[in-house]
Amino acid sequence: MADQATFAEDTTDFMASLYTAALRMTRNPSDAQDLVQETYLKAYRGYGGFEVGTNLKAWLYRILTNTFINSYRSRKRHPEETELDDVEELYLFRRMGGRDGAIGRSAEDEALDWITDDEVKSALESLPENFRMAVLLADVEGFSYKEIADITDVPIGTVMSRLHRGRRALEKALHDFGVARGLVAAH
Amino acid sequence: MNGEKNDASINCREVLHRVYHFLDGELTPERRDQIARHLDRCSPCLEAFGFENEIRRLVADRCRDQVPDELRTRIAAVIDHEHKQSSKAGGIAEGAER
Repeated sequence: MADQATFAEDTTDFMASLYTAALRMTRNPSDAQDLVQETYLKAYRGYGGFEVGTNLKAWLYRILTNTFINSYRSRKRHPEETELDDVEELYLFRRMGGRDGAIGRSAEDEALDWITDDEVKSALESLPENFRMAVLLADVEGFSYKEIADITDVPIGTVMSRLHRGRRALEKALHDFGVARGLVAAH
Repeated sequence: MNGEKNDASINCREVLHRVYHFLDGELTPERRDQIARHLDRCSPCLEAFGFENEIRRLVADRCRDQVPDELRTRIAAVIDHEHKQSSKAGGIAEGAER
């Protein structure tokens, strides 16, 4: 059992990543602040039920996710957000000349230098909610498939499907930014 | 693809299809070794894996936001208030709503 007296100290390091996640989920700084505040309050109240030595970050994310679903999604849900077009594998790689040697000329880290922070955030936020959460939890926060399944309360197979499709759609969104800026060919 | 014949046990298409599982570390050791062996010999596949890995790193690095001071203050205040409330009630708010 965790001690409420050490709650603030134990959880302070996770605030930045929880706030980042909340921003991507709500897409609104004001809602994101409310969501994180509510998450911390619920976590504090329930801290006695947290088993010390288990994954505190995952536990906090589960509360964040549940709070988001219960308090924010229901009133702000966009019905069209449940579907996602299938995007082929290696979407961006193929369009940036991969496998024809174009990328081989520069290091991979340079090949993506044109992408800005805002574009990455926008691309992620453009994904339908379930896909966005999977990509966020895996790629931004580094959770395993199993942990994401526990946090979002869906089977691992569903996590994999959402994550993989979400990533491919994210690549397409990044590609679209590149095309719009005339940096990447539109083929 | 020039890696097609390099490893009889797995072809490029199968390797590329598992790029996410590989990068996520979500494969059995046997499957992982099989793919690693293929990548050792197939530079186009290795390049694709490197690119996908770079996108993951990009997403991880470029999606960070600073916590506003206002939020830290608000949370500290809310928890302090909650602490005082539960002390006043003469008990710990254990098993409270989650």
